Order: sequence, then structure tokens, then C-alpha cells
Amino acid sequence: MHSAKHVTAPVKPELTLEVSSPIFNRSTCYVVELLALLTIGSTIGALCGLISIYAVTLMGKYLCYALAALSLDLIWGRLGILSLGHCAYFALGGYMLGMYLTLQIGTQGVYGSNLPDFMIFLNWDHLPWYWQGSHYLLPSLVLSLLVPAALAFIFGFTTFRSRVGGVYLSIITQALTYALMLMFFLNELGFGGNNGLTDFKTLAGMDITADGTRIFLFALTAICLLLAFLLLRALNCTRLGRLLTAVRDSESRVRFIGYRTEHVKLAIFTLAAALAGLAGALYVPQVGIINPGEFSPLNSIELVICVALGGRDRLYGAIIGSLVLNLVKTIFTAWWPEGWLYVLGALFVIITLFLPHGLAGLPQQLKWHRSNTIKEAA
Amino acid sequence: MHLLKQIFLCCALSLILSLLPSVYAVPATGLPLTLSAEESVALCSSRVRDRDLLINNWSTTTNAAQVQLLQAIADGELYCKRSDQSLWLKNADGSFNALTSNATLTNGKGLRCVGSSNKQRQLIATIVAARALYSEEVSARRAAAAALLQAGATMPSTDTLQALMQHEDDGQVYQDLRTAWALTLAQNPSLGRQELLQAVEILKDKGTPQCLHALEQLGQSSDEILSDAAQQAAGWVQFYLRCATFGENLFFGLSLGSVLVLAAIGLAITFGVMGVINMAHGELIMVGAYCVWCLQQLLPGQPGLALILAIPTAFVVSGTLGMLIERTVIRSLYGRPLETLLATFGVSLILQQAVRTIFSPLNRAVQTPAFMQGQLQISENLSVTLSRVIIILFCALTFTLILIIMNKTRLGLEVRALAQNRPIARALGVRAGRIDALTFGLGSGVAGMAGVALSQITNVGPNLGQNYIVDTFMVVVFGGVGNLWGTLTGGLIMGLISKFLEPVTGAMLSKIVILIALILFIQKRPRGLFPQRGRAAEA
Repeated sequence: MHSAKHVTAPVKPELTLEVSSPIFNRSTCYVVELLALLTIGSTIGALCGLISIYAVTLMGKYLCYALAALSLDLIWGRLGILSLGHCAYFALGGYMLGMYLTLQIGTQGVYGSNLPDFMIFLNWDHLPWYWQGSHYLLPSLVLSLLVPAALAFIFGFTTFRSRVGGVYLSIITQALTYALMLMFFLNELGFGGNNGLTDFKTLAGMDITADGTRIFLFALTAICLLLAFLLLRALNCTRLGRLLTAVRDSESRVRFIGYRTEHVKLAIFTLAAALAGLAGALYVPQVGIINPGEFSPLNSIELVICVALGGRDRLYGAIIGSLVLNLVKTIFTAWWPEGWLYVLGALFVIITLFLPHGLAGLPQQLKWHRSNTIKEAA
Repeated sequence: MHLLKQIFLCCALSLILSLLPSVYAVPATGLPLTLSAEESVALCSSRVRDRDLLINNWSTTTNAAQVQLLQAIADGELYCKRSDQSLWLKNADGSFNALTSNATLTNGKGLRCVGSSNKQRQLIATIVAARALYSEEVSARRAAAAALLQAGATMPSTDTLQALMQHEDDGQVYQDLRTAWALTLAQNPSLGRQELLQAVEILKDKGTPQCLHALEQLGQSSDEILSDAAQQAAGWVQFYLRCATFGENLFFGLSLGSVLVLAAIGLAITFGVMGVINMAHGELIMVGAYCVWCLQQLLPGQPGLALILAIPTAFVVSGTLGMLIERTVIRSLYGRPLETLLATFGVSLILQQAVRTIFSPLNRAVQTPAFMQGQLQISENLSVTLSRVIIILFCALTFTLILIIMNKTRLGLEVRALAQNRPIARALGVRAGRIDALTFGLGSGVAGMAGVALSQITNVGPNLGQNYIVDTFMVVVFGGVGNLWGTLTGGLIMGLISKFLEPVTGAMLSKIVILIALILFIQKRPRGLFPQRGRAAEA
């Protein structure tokens, strides 16, 4: 028998989403319950002093990454667009809120003036026009959603219209985030240069380093994650959700049927960018700094591996994957720092070779494997 | 008695004769110098200022001994004995020779160094340099004449230069003297028109920025004919200078582009044939660069030989590594390009970290061999570094070799067949598995050779791959994967554009502009300049 290694892999049952099911199917319920339990438990525990504030902040950071991974899963798992530069939107959203937090430092900065420290360092005497919208919290939050979405819109409009796809698209998303990183490293751009924005003092009147603020931010992040998850689940259950699956599986066919696939892709791409921006905005007050390194292509690729690890067919796979990966990262960078890159690289190879459906798809994959082995034996 | 006298005379004569060469052979031993009383007092004085007059008087001297004494003052080798105000010169071994006699001292007891001020030292330097123009050796005269044309050099007078020119028979020295003469003429606007026009001609021929400055100054003179001629000449010189800058940028851009081409060829071949983008390509380049360093460590003292041996070594090492990656990772992911991208990215991380662990996270120093050092002077204002010329030639040679392999050999034929229509090629007997492995090996090997070239122009470290991978991708995306000429065109154009943009926008911004321009370009031509054609190249 011709055992060609280059025939397409043996047909495995497609682990598609059941799109006609109600929003709250079994897995969604599990996820929502677990998240809610985690949030409430941690909040109460932190308020009582059982859980350290450090752990709370760490979990908040994880949840921000989970939200970013969720937005990537929206375009990769549901639309099949592998964006290797998704953290650009995450970082942009972070910068928007970072600008607000920097202006809130006010006269408590090193130079004691209303201008941010780095501007005084550069001998500027007034705020540039693009800082004018960051004096208040609400416009800044809106900006942190709108600016990444605008960039995604402009980029996607031209790209999807020219039908750039596949590997080329991935490469130019990586080029875009790399170009943004180089731009934000320039001091003249007015975003803090290679030091970024840091030394934040207050957020909406609350002291940013206070325990209460941190617990509040953690809870807020968890709630946002939950809401985003439910929103995307609801999206899946609509006709648009079915359209997304169709575009992923066979775009030209959908186009010939009569749908404007570039519009669909553009809309979802923009939504995903806005969600990533939101994640970035929640990330910055918890971490306390935003710098151009967040634009680095390595960050984006770590996000991709989060989604791949968890399973990109399922939305909750992104959440699981990012939590697991960040946990592993924290452990390794504490115990064996040089080993982290080995582990990350090995994870890439192992997941793509042996776990194409990720951790979320592992039970079904084992079941199929067992049933297949039994079938062969029979 | 008569015989004894003769013998005595002979001995005395021979003694004197034998002494004479030693007087000249051993430097600074009893210089044939006569010093007047004032000069001796000035030299022995403890006040540095007292020697100003002496040095000024001797500034136009052609007496070798006086110049030698001045040099000794500047070097701090002239000493004065406090007790009898006699002068001594210090030797290299620490002993002292008297200036006007043959006495020697073994230590410096009772001697005080004759000091000099900064201004005096500068003046002495120009005197010594000017004196070198009279030297017997051609090389010394050449050096002195060239030094005259350096910025800030003190020029001898016009008449001196003219006298020197008349007696000069070496062409190079004559040209430099002529230019210096023209420059001194240009400084003196009260001279006659004929002479100044002659100076303008000479300065125009020379064409350096210094001459341009002098011409611009002449262009402001009140004499209309002169100022017109000078301005016209200045215009010409500016044009030459711009051409030289253009040539320099062109050359640099070509050398940068040729390295990019070499780095991108491997990627283009594998992408064209197998449809996979190998994210570990940058690390294969880095491995090639490290091969150079390893060989240079194994063959100390012979960096040139190590570099030449490194070329086949890097090809073999990177090629083997590439084939290993293909066998283990890429083969299992056939038909899934995006997953292959991710898996090869994982491999690149592992390779990077492995290099960091095995060697060190710091950059390694790679030596440039002797045959690659130095410069080629093309014209007055344009000089190119030899290393870059050799790199351009190396890249051209490698590209030609690959072109020959792809177009004239059986392997190349099968590779092209697989790229154009895989199923039919396999049906016709082309062994896809073997050809895939060999293609990947070839592409990776070429990447290794690109690393060898890169090791000469950039730092060799674990991050070398990451620094060049984005540029390499851009070349592949820009040039398209259907054709090797596409990669060549794409790489050279990108190198040239980035080099020409740099003076305008600065290095960082030029990179950003190129990336954004490429993102826009790809909207227009999604598959690059030279896309793959045929039915197999589907959307």
C-alpha cells in the first residue's frame, strides 16, 4: 500500500463548534462558573488577607493576557487569519491608558511640573495634540478601544480587499508590529521613547499601588473577560457566527455565493483589535509600566502559542491556554530562566505536531485515538 | 722614525674616520651644530617663553641638525645640566649624549628637562613637517606633501612651494605641492587675475571639499571674470562631490542588498517549492556566522584561512541542520503552512537559546582577515572598503552557482518541477521526499554562507538571526518566489532604498518607512514582483 507521507493527514473528525446551540451550553457554563468562582474567591480571599496582593496582581495580569488571547482566537480560530502582530493592538490600548495615567501624575513627578517627565527631559514646553484627549478617564478608555480598532480598520481595509492571505498576511502583520516597535522606540514620537510611560501614581483618584485598587482592577479584569467571552459566544450563535466558520473553511466559495467576505473579515478584525486594546488598557495600571517592548513580535507569537496550546477551535481554549502558559512562564522564569525559551520552543513544536486541537481538544483526540486503535485492531 | 710617524698618522686618521660615521650613525650624538651664546642661554633657561624667539628664528631653517634639535625639544628629550649650562640629548636606553661634544652620561643626575609649551610643540611639528619636504626619501616627501593638504596645516609660503615644485620630480608630490600652491594663492586675493585664474583651474581639477571652500571664497571677489570662473568651478566641484556621495551610497546599498539577497535565496527556494516559510532561517544564518568564529578559534593567527574554510563548513553545518528540521518537523506538517510557521518558530527559539547556552549570550568577535582590510580609491573623493567589494563578489558568485544548480542540473530540474506542479511531477517519478529534503538543505546551506558574509560586517551574537529575519522576509515578499531573479531584484532594490533613505530620514526612520511602504506595496501586488505562475499557484 502506498504509504506516502505527503498525502493529507488521515481524516479526523472535525471538532467544529455547534453553532446552533444556545449560548449557555455545557462547556460555557463550566467556564463561566469556574471564572466566577475564581474571581469571587480571590477577591474575598485578598480582602481578608488570605491571598497576597502579589498573587492577585499576577492573576490580574494573566486575565489580561487571557482577554488578548480571546481576541486572537476570534480571528484565528473562527476566521483562520493568523495574525503574528496582535500584541500591537494590545500595546496601543495600553499606551492610550498609559497617557492618561501619566498626565494624572501631575506635579508629583520628578520634575514637579504638569508636563510628563520625559517631555521636560526632551525640552518640550507643551503637550502635543495627541495627548489632549487623555486628561480624563472616560475619553482615554474610549481611545484605548478606538485607536487599535482604527489601526486595524485601516490595515485590514487595504489588506483584505487585495485578498492577501495565508502566510503573506502573517508576515506583514509581523512587519507591522515590528515597525510600530521601532517607531515607539523613537524619543521624538512623544510617547516616552525607550523608557515608555511609567511611575504612575493615581487612577481616577485612587492610589494605584494601594491594595484596594489592585483587587478592584483584578475583579474588573475578570468581569471584562467574562463579558467578552459571553459576547463572543453570543456572536457564535448568530448567523454571523456561521458565516465566520464558512469563511474560515472555504472563503472563495462563500464569496461566490454572494457574501462580501472582506467586509466580514474587516469587521471581526476590528472587533478583535478593540478587545485587545481593552486588554491592554486593563493591563497597564496593574503592571505599572508600558514600554515599546510590548510591541515586540515575540509577545505576539507568545499570544499565538497561548491560543494554540489551549485549542483554537474553542473560545474557552484561549483562556485555558493563556492561563497555563503564563503559569508555566512564571514558574520557569523564577526557577530556570535559561530554560524558558527551550520550553517555549518545545511547546511550539509539540503542540503543532501532536496537539493540533490543543488542550481543550485533548479529551476528544484521545477518544478518537483510542477508538481508531480499536478499529485497527479489529 | 719616519715609519713610526706614518703608522701613527694612519692610526689617527683611521680612528678619526671611524669616529665620523659613528657621529652620524648614532643619532643625537654630538650633532654638528654650533650654537650662539644667546641660543644656548635660551635653551637652558627654565622659562619656556624664552625659547619662543629661538624657535621662530629657526622656523624656516633647512638645517637638518637644527630641525633635529627642535624635534628633541618637542619630544622632551633635551636636557640641560644645571652646573655648567651644557645641553644633553637623551637616548633610548636612558643614557645622555652631550649636544656639542662626545661626552656621555649614564644617568640624569643634575639634568633638567628643557620644557616646551603646547604652542611651541605645534610650531615645531609644522617646522619638522615642512622640513620633510626637503627630505631625500620620496616616501617622506609624499607624506609631508599630503599632510599639507590636511585641514588646519600650516602652509609654507607661495614662493617656497614654487621653489619646491621646480625641483620636484616625483609626480604625486608635485600634484600635492601644486594644490597647496593653488590654495595659498587663493588665500591671497590681492594677486593678479592671471595667477588667480590659474589657481581656480588647479583647484577645480583637484575637487576636494577643501578646494570647494577656497573656490567659494574666491567666488565672492569683486573681479567679475574671476568670480564667474570661481563660481563655475565651484559648481563643477559640487557636482563631483555629489556624484561621489551618490557612488558611495550606491556601493553601500549594493553591498547591503547583496547580503540580503544571499540570506533570502534560501527562504525563497523553500517557500517556492514547498510553500513553507521557515522562521528558523535567521538562526541558520547565525549558525553560519558562528562557524566562522569557531574556525577562527581553531586556527589562531590565520583568520583569512579560517574564513575561506568557513564557507564550505557553514554550508554543510547549516544544510545538515536544515535537513534535520525538515525531516522531523516540516515533513509531519505537510499541507499546513501556518502550523509550519509556528513550529519552525519554536525551532528558532530552541536554536537561539542553545547558542546562548553553548557559546555565550554576548557577541563574539570575528576578525577581518588581512586581504579584506583596506580601501580602494576610485576617485579623489570616493573610496570603497575592500571587505564590501569582496562580499559583493562573493554574493554574486554564490547567486550564479545557485542559478546554475537550479537551471542546469537534474536536481534543479526536479525542484522546479515540484514547485510548478507537485502531483504530476511525482507521477512522473520525481521523488518528492528526497527532493524536499535536498531543497531545504540547499536553502539552509546558502543561509549559512550568508552568515559567513554577514560575520564580516555585523556583530556575531545570538540575536543575529532576529535582526535580519524581518528584512529577509520583506525581500521574499517583495521579490516574489517564482523566480530567483525576483529575489535578486528585490534584495538589491531594498538595500539601495534603505541606503539612500538613510541620509534623508535617519537609520531608524528609513527602516520604518520601508516596512510601511512594503505593506502598502503588497496591497497592489500581493505576490511580489515576480510571482509564481501556473495553475499550481492558487489563491
